[in-house]
Amino acid sequence: MPHKIISLISVGRHPQSGRARRSDQDGRAVELGLKLSGSQLEVVHAGDSEEPVLRQYAGMGLAEITILEQDQSMDAVASLSTYLASRDADIVLTGVRSESGESSGMVPYILAEALGWPLVARVADIVEIKDGTAEVLLALPRGQRRAATVKLPFIATIDSAAQEARQSAYGPGLRANMVAQSGANELDELRANWSEAPAKPRPKRLKMVKAKTAADRFKAATAKPAGGSGKVMKNESTEEKAQAIFDLLIEEKVIR
Amino acid sequence: MVIDWLPSVLIVALLALGVIGALRRVNLWRAGQPEKVNLIAGLLAMPNRYLKDLHHVVERDKYMSRTHVATGGGFVLSMVLVLVVHVFNVQERIVAWALLGALALMLIGAFFVFKRRLNPPERLSKGPWMRLPKSLITFAVTFIVLTLPAAGILPEGTGGVVLIVVLSIGIVIGLGELLFGMGWGGPMKHAFAGALHLAFHRRPERFGGGRSTGLKPANLEGAVIGVAKPSDFKWNQLLGFDACVQCGKCQAMCPAFAAGQPLNPKKLIQDMVVGLAGGTDANYAGSPYPGKEIGNAKGSPTEVITAGLVSQETLWSCTTCRACVEECPMMIEHVDAIVDMRRFLTMEKGETPNKGSEVLENIIATDNPGGYAPGSRTNWAADQNLAVMKEKKEADVLFWVSDGAFDMRSQRILRAFVKLMKHANVDVAILGDEERDSGDVARRLGDDATFQSLAKRNLATLGQYKFKKIVTTDPHAYHCLRNEYADFDANGALEGVEVLHHTTFLNQLVQSGALKLDAFKGGKVTYHDPCYLGRYNGEYEAPRELLRSLGIEIAEMERSGFRSRCCGGGGGAPITDIPGERRIADMRMEDVTETGAELVAVGCQQCTAMLEGVVEPRPEVKDISEILVGQLVEEVH
Ligand code: SF4
Ligand code: SF4
Repeated sequence: MPHKIISLISVGRHPQSGRARRSDQDGRAVELGLKLSGSQLEVVHAGDSEEPVLRQYAGMGLAEITILEQDQSMDAVASLSTYLASRDADIVLTGVRSESGESSGMVPYILAEALGWPLVARVADIVEIKDGTAEVLLALPRGQRRAATVKLPFIATIDSAAQEARQSAYGPGLRANMVAQSGANELDELRANWSEAPAKPRPKRLKMVKAKTAADRFKAATAKPAGGSGKVMKNESTEEKAQAIFDLLIEEKVIR
Repeated sequence: MVIDWLPSVLIVALLALGVIGALRRVNLWRAGQPEKVNLIAGLLAMPNRYLKDLHHVVERDKYMSRTHVATGGGFVLSMVLVLVVHVFNVQERIVAWALLGALALMLIGAFFVFKRRLNPPERLSKGPWMRLPKSLITFAVTFIVLTLPAAGILPEGTGGVVLIVVLSIGIVIGLGELLFGMGWGGPMKHAFAGALHLAFHRRPERFGGGRSTGLKPANLEGAVIGVAKPSDFKWNQLLGFDACVQCGKCQAMCPAFAAGQPLNPKKLIQDMVVGLAGGTDANYAGSPYPGKEIGNAKGSPTEVITAGLVSQETLWSCTTCRACVEECPMMIEHVDAIVDMRRFLTMEKGETPNKGSEVLENIIATDNPGGYAPGSRTNWAADQNLAVMKEKKEADVLFWVSDGAFDMRSQRILRAFVKLMKHANVDVAILGDEERDSGDVARRLGDDATFQSLAKRNLATLGQYKFKKIVTTDPHAYHCLRNEYADFDANGALEGVEVLHHTTFLNQLVQSGALKLDAFKGGKVTYHDPCYLGRYNGEYEAPRELLRSLGIEIAEMERSGFRSRCCGGGGGAPITDIPGERRIADMRMEDVTETGAELVAVGCQQCTAMLEGVVEPRPEVKDISEILVGQLVEEVH
């Protein structure tokens, strides 16, 4: 039985030019969706059906994109959760966070909560779906992966380590069908209270690398941080675990 | 005598069969897309185009041009007279003698064709082409003997039935090749298709010494963008493919072929012929695409070309250097065809290889191929004190900087050019951050949508300001601005504006005395013609004159001027990066080294990058403006 996969897409923002574009991680979410279910993939966007960027997604070979038509000031979560609840999907794929707007990364979590589904964060690949479970590779820092088995249905956020989105072709993108239906009309109050200003570049914390050779520098950049500062606590009591986290936060001056 | 009638019946029969075949062939071309041509004017112009333009190209090979005049001219004349004498039975002796003269001329020509075919160079196709001189000779000899009685040299009826039978066999062989073969796809097809191709050429501006090198805009509204199947070509492009004589002149000049990349322009055109007629390449008797066997390609007018006829790597190997087009005696347009097929791959399939997709995405999102912040485009000029059009609004010269602005090596060229202009007190301004990529790379990579969008946006910016000239150091931007933007310039932003390459402009400054230069005292110097300056725009002289004005005697490479070999940097080739056995830039550097030069002068940032990418030791590479700057006479105040 083919699985029902839905990829959620948003309007991205190019880091250099600030121009609207196919968002990098959402593009990867579509790419993974295409790998899993080919032309069966459903791609959904909450926003404006006239948005030209949607054509860039469609150029990946999508016959149509479903648009939950709504104004920019409206909350995408409301539209999406209503829609997803009606679709009986197995897996919903999204980027980790959007490239524009609040970019809080909360959308997948709120959706998961609304649907009562588990959320699998930072997925690099979904290897196989069988007997109602999916074999998932999670992305860890420095190119490492962790294998996990997840029961369907679930929401996955796609990490930048996942397969890159394929080239978008102009012709198919132009001809794809934009299937619009009206979305929910719920004002995004949080967003409405925000004001946007260009970020000030913050000074970076310098990491001193005392490497003398190129090989050393390479190691410093790629190797797992070794040493005793990390601790795996499995058998300790909950209080002990909490205390350890608390101590760390104080040590790192997160709380005073 | 009983079978006296046989020769004339045979002539008429073969003529009729030839005509039927020709009509069938015409139908194959008509499967292509409509394209308006002026039928009458084209046909009327055809003889002149043949005699002047085509022969201008053939003339580069004196042996072949004379041979062709004798054979072709002799044949056309004899064919007309054969009909007069042997079919309509005109009994005038003088006509018979004229026929004998024409046949003799043809025989001499055919003999020289025969001689060339004794030990043919690799570029020539073999197969049926090897039998052509024999058929030509058979034709000439047969009709000479057949005409002798009419000319009064032999009495009527000499030789009796036996001779008539022998001559009839000669007629079948000779006319079979020349008339039947012409219509049914034999080697002589080139005469019939070639003549019509000259009449209905898609770029009539090329005739009479003109130049037409800008690509035609893609129709972005069609059901399919670009060329997927042979029938997606314009009908006169298909006709053009059919005109190929398989002389291999294009193959001999193609840098990608020489580098062992899987491209041979002759084979490509022949594959297009296979595609338009349907079938396989099994009968192709020329050099293959390097590394690919012959016999596996098959296609038809309605089958996708890259699904079995031509591989994608073949199409991406081309640097769009136009060496093949320049060399082709039949004036076939290889580059148009290649880009047409690339358009399908990029805009319909999204299959631009290697870095292609990334570069295109960058161009779309940032208006430059490197993906740099558009607001950093003018960083290179922070210390140059250059006027920006946004503030100045008006200047004599608009300096089109191009994407070299983002590249540190190219910035040296830009700075040198600015210094020269300042020295000559040129009233100049740049667009600054308002400038965008010219669209050259996007267009050559098949993304005409992006090219058109860039062209329109650049033109809208240009339209806001007043200037008399645009000068650029980048021949690719030069080509776009000069030859390709006009198709989108609805508001006349470039009307009356002179678009110049910096070498042309600098030469004007030097000749008018605005720039004073010292003699150059370095070693031997050679000059590399950039394809997009030379073959695309016909500028061979200005750079040379500039070098001469420094007292440099240019040690010319064997392949220079219109025969210059590409550096390998055009057409997005470094981006698609199709592997071969050698690198084109290395081969070009060998050409340079052969002259013994210590310095190679170029006029293009891309050529500079390609040639400097060759491992040392090698001659130094400098843009002409960099050489000039070194020789500036600084005035002491
Ligand atoms: S394409 Fe032109 S140059 Fe090449 S083989 Fe054919 S006729 Fe000759
Ligand atoms: S344009 Fe240049 S690289 Fe392309 S086929 Fe012609 S000769 Fe070869």
